[in-house]
Amino acid sequence: MTSSLEDDSAPIDVSELAGDEPQKRRTLVATDRLAKYFPVEAGLFSRTTNFVRAVDGVSIKVRRGETLGLVGESGCGKSTLGRLILRLVEPSYGRVVYDGRDILHLSQSQMRPLRRRMQVIFQDPYSSLNPRMTVREIVGEAIRIHKLAPTRRDEEAMVVDLLRKVGLRAEARDLYPHEFSGGQRQRIGIARALAVQPEFIVCDEPISALDVSIQAQIVNLLQDLQEQLGLSYLFISHDLKVVEHVSHRVAVMYLGKIVEQAASRALYEHARHPYTRALFAAMPVADPGRRKLRVLLEGDVPSPINPPTGCAFHPRCPRIVKGKCDVDTPTLDEVLGASGHKVACFNPHPHDQDGPS
Amino acid sequence: MQSGRGRPRPRARFLAHRGARVGVALVAAVVLFALVGPMLASHSPLASDFVRGIGDDQMPVGPSRHFLLGADRLFRDELARLAEGARLSLFIALSSTAVATTVGGVVGVLSGYYAGTWVDALLMRIVDVGLAFPFLLLVLAIGAALDETSAWTILAVLGLTGWLGTARVVRAKTMQVKALDFVAASRALGQSTWAILLRHIVPNVAGPLLVLATMSVAQMIVAESVLSYLGVGIAPPTPTWGHMLFEGQDYYASAPWLLLAPGTAIVVAVLGFNLVGEGLRDALDPRAL
Repeated sequence: MTSSLEDDSAPIDVSELAGDEPQKRRTLVATDRLAKYFPVEAGLFSRTTNFVRAVDGVSIKVRRGETLGLVGESGCGKSTLGRLILRLVEPSYGRVVYDGRDILHLSQSQMRPLRRRMQVIFQDPYSSLNPRMTVREIVGEAIRIHKLAPTRRDEEAMVVDLLRKVGLRAEARDLYPHEFSGGQRQRIGIARALAVQPEFIVCDEPISALDVSIQAQIVNLLQDLQEQLGLSYLFISHDLKVVEHVSHRVAVMYLGKIVEQAASRALYEHARHPYTRALFAAMPVADPGRRKLRVLLEGDVPSPINPPTGCAFHPRCPRIVKGKCDVDTPTLDEVLGASGHKVACFNPHPHDQDGPS
Repeated sequence: MQSGRGRPRPRARFLAHRGARVGVALVAAVVLFALVGPMLASHSPLASDFVRGIGDDQMPVGPSRHFLLGADRLFRDELARLAEGARLSLFIALSSTAVATTVGGVVGVLSGYYAGTWVDALLMRIVDVGLAFPFLLLVLAIGAALDETSAWTILAVLGLTGWLGTARVVRAKTMQVKALDFVAASRALGQSTWAILLRHIVPNVAGPLLVLATMSVAQMIVAESVLSYLGVGIAPPTPTWGHMLFEGQDYYASAPWLLLAPGTAIVVAVLGFNLVGEGLRDALDPRAL
């Protein structure tokens, strides 16, 4: 398996990942060429015949108090990336640096103190809560694992306080998950994540499974909590509108790779990558008078088992440069000096051209 | 706090289930019969009565005042034997189910949680080999090795073969539960593997396991009867339903009660446990997860 990986011997400077851009907020979480290749097994004796490149060399950073939005089509590897950072899935390659510390070499017991600092909120409020546990047990589990409450009464008080924080009444603690609506369940999931007083939360499509009327409530709750508690979020979603609303910076993912990354405003106004433009073009706009630039993508997302050569987007790209894009792989480089706007494209849209929105 | 309030809890659904209620009644009848049956009988199950047990035609007497279910070919009290057989059948079926459910549950949960690892591969190959092994051959081999088959031999054989299927079902269910987000959430909180197994996995596979166990009691009753009928079960003269059926088959015309009594007993017991199992399955509603 390692034969398919190149250059994993080159050490990276951890302090550099943690401390660059001192004039801005400090980096809390960084990934360095993080990759997950899931083996595809076939045949009677389960020979590994191929790999699904779910995440393929992703380097992102989340700064303290910041929300990094992660957008992309379903199946592009966004959720896997979130789980890799939390070590719920073990990476095949690359590093995860948390607060200056490479966490991939830590044992389960060494990870435990870190588990208090990083948490997760899931997409499906139905499968994310154990149906056989009461809310008190679900939220209390976190408190008990990390021995955060000296007595049962303290634990009880903490649970009630957490429920209040996420907008649920204290009586909710004696009920089972099936007695709640989807939005209320999501609040319980948030309370569970908050129980350990984390500083970083992976929000894995936290509103995608909710009714539209409920979505705004949960987004507002997450934003309020960020303000109160100084949380950092990796906000994974396929909903561009929501990501624009909550994120300071946004990374666009396509087939396991980051293709464009910029401050939220810059990305929405001056998207450079043809894929990002196509995503914006597909976004419904609540303004019938607005002239819309239509960029229709042809074909389907290619299989991550055998990704296209060169740029993974080239078979669907309207700006393809024959002989270049289908041969060489573009790297994620800064455009316009040190703006922080990065794009992985040989032929990006020029900056002076108006953005799609 | 509003949705789902109207749905009755599993207990209420079970009690409202018509099949389950019939099943509970049948099982209760069999258990009651096993408990009080011997008191109704006028003889010990092993005693031949050559005075009142022989009819005018030198054949065993039919149901009568002394022999409520008639006499068998050795002029023993059929009722006493049937009750004794009920005790034996229930004891063997319940005990072997307990063994099969415990072993199958533990193996299934471990195999499912560690699916894809060597633990899973090892356990599942053992299950494959076990299921491939002819059941009757195993009983015969063990019986031959032990010289005489007792209730404990049968119990051991049924228990040690019965867990195989349970393990497979529990493994599949465990894999399904393990993939759910609340397990990932617990891992993200730093919960230990044992705590995840005991607090999250086991409570969520317990429902299907209970259904399997109930159905398994019925299967064990049949299996024990089959072994006795074939003469590889508990050795005579100990009365078992299967052997009584075997003994009675030659008299189907002249003394049909000798076939009807054990046959009815087996049908009632098996039907009862199966109906209870189905009721539990419907009440525990897999969609509730």
